[in-house]
Amino acid sequence: MSDIDTTEPGRAWLFGDDIDTDQIIPSRFLVSSDPEELGEHAFNDLRPDFAENVADGDFVVGGENFGSGSSREHAPLSLLGAGVDGVVAQSFARIFYRNGINLGLPVLICPAADRIDDGDEISLRLEEGTVVNHTRDERYDADPLPGFLQELVDSGGLKPYTKAKLGTK
Amino acid sequence: MTGKTVSEKLLSEKSGEDVKAGEYVEASVDVMMTHDVTGPLTFEVFEDVTGDDAALSDPDSTVITIDHHAPADGVEAANNHNIVREFAAEYGAQQYEVGDGICHQVLVEEGFVDPGDLVIGADSHSTTFGGVGAFGTGVGSTDLGTAFATGDLWFRVPETLRFEVEGDLPEGVYAKDLILKFIGDVGFAGCTYMTAEYAGSAIDDLPVHERLVLSNMAIEMGGKAGILEPDERTVDFLEAQTGRNVDIPDWTQADDDAAYEAVHTYRADDLAPQVSKPSNPENAVDVGEVEGTPIDQLFVGTCTNGRYEDIRIVADIIEGEQLAPNVRMVVVPASRSVYKQMMDTGVMGTFVDAGAIVQSAGCGPCFGTHQGVLGDGDVCLATANRNFPGREGSMESSVYLASPATVGASALYGEITDPRSVDLNRYDDYVLTEGTA
Repeated sequence: MSDIDTTEPGRAWLFGDDIDTDQIIPSRFLVSSDPEELGEHAFNDLRPDFAENVADGDFVVGGENFGSGSSREHAPLSLLGAGVDGVVAQSFARIFYRNGINLGLPVLICPAADRIDDGDEISLRLEEGTVVNHTRDERYDADPLPGFLQELVDSGGLKPYTKAKLGTK
Repeated sequence: MTGKTVSEKLLSEKSGEDVKAGEYVEASVDVMMTHDVTGPLTFEVFEDVTGDDAALSDPDSTVITIDHHAPADGVEAANNHNIVREFAAEYGAQQYEVGDGICHQVLVEEGFVDPGDLVIGADSHSTTFGGVGAFGTGVGSTDLGTAFATGDLWFRVPETLRFEVEGDLPEGVYAKDLILKFIGDVGFAGCTYMTAEYAGSAIDDLPVHERLVLSNMAIEMGGKAGILEPDERTVDFLEAQTGRNVDIPDWTQADDDAAYEAVHTYRADDLAPQVSKPSNPENAVDVGEVEGTPIDQLFVGTCTNGRYEDIRIVADIIEGEQLAPNVRMVVVPASRSVYKQMMDTGVMGTFVDAGAIVQSAGCGPCFGTHQGVLGDGDVCLATANRNFPGREGSMESSVYLASPATVGASALYGEITDPRSVDLNRYDDYVLTEGTA
């Protein structure tokens, strides 16, 4: 895991439609909550070369309904642990999207995500809602976060937001 | 000014704001739940955000079960169970043990959920509670860990898809067939970010154990919740189950002029038993299309169809018979209470005599790690809710989803079989008919 900077270009790892959380992190690895350990098994069965070759600052690109199925927060956590700086998809399943925002994993809904090829170099401009494809020299519009969620992200995610609310030192 | 859906009313009530779909609220949560898989991460978040003053906002309504890796299938799972026990003891949460049952079933049986409640669980099938008229929704561990501390959580007020079924369900068609049909029609993501409301005369007639099936699998079309408006039957069921007489709050009833994203209407007469083919619940077809598909394993159980009434339907079909040669059947009751009813009514003996395996209550092979996982090339017909690649074991295995009746009939022939070819029963809620069923 490293500090996230979505404006730095990274490799796009392409996945298809309806990638469920069992595919992102198979259930047999859920005995751990450690991001780095989970990261070693991200996409373990679906794409065994992913965890081996993913580099800090890379991006995951999905089709429709990315992150469907179980609510396991281990799924976005495994991607953070693997060094992924963000997920771009044509659409997300609800709980994965929510977990991503709560954890500080950038998640961007981009209808043109199907223009991205596996191995393309991309970067994200979160505030504008733009995906830049450096390999193809293209830019795609993405949905910026709604106001309430942007506030949550700006305060660093749900944990810092809650700490402020509770006055936790 | 149009009226409101159940979700709009309930989230208005719980947030103290008058809201409609698309707005964001912070709402007060009535019941919170986690288990041995999502629990440890939830506890870390809770202790991080609370620091030195860690206290649960409502220990009496904070429930933790041990159901996924239960009994422990390895040392790491056993250690996670101990983390659950220690956390519950330290903070006074309501903890249930290995063998007590699946979180969703335990919450209903033990009376934690009332009509009109807002319930969050760190498990995607928390939509189940809509079967008793609550807004149940699955959340992540960060959501739940912070809510443990504050009692509140942020929500986007969802739009609603309404499914209406009119008439009497034909022979062999159960709630499971309805929900597989709905998922097949709108697709795996067809209800994403939305609530599914179920209504119509066929739905009104459903016993509570079948209503829970419709709500449970709302998540398989992406649903945030799946709600039936509670009625007298809900009240009778909860009184028989928990000994408490509950009210039906007015915010659980949709307005006649509520605005829906879409309304899907069905005539019960037109419906046939459904089977979802590998490897997505949306691959629902009439049973006739897959009849004759050879199977290696039958799985009866899960938070979808592991209740006594489900298991009884299977037992009625196989009573006095043997499983077809070369087929194995795994039965996993949804709770200790279901297990006990199976013993008291002789259903346990029926399974053992037929050659089936009956295991302790919990999630069983639906979690894909234990108690009967599938090998390469294995084909399973399950009363479960998910058939993703590898869900019940090998990535090279396949899972078909169906009702208990279809699974029971198929057990006799070793291939997918139309349940209408055997004698079938349909049960009211066992707790309402105990002694007469």
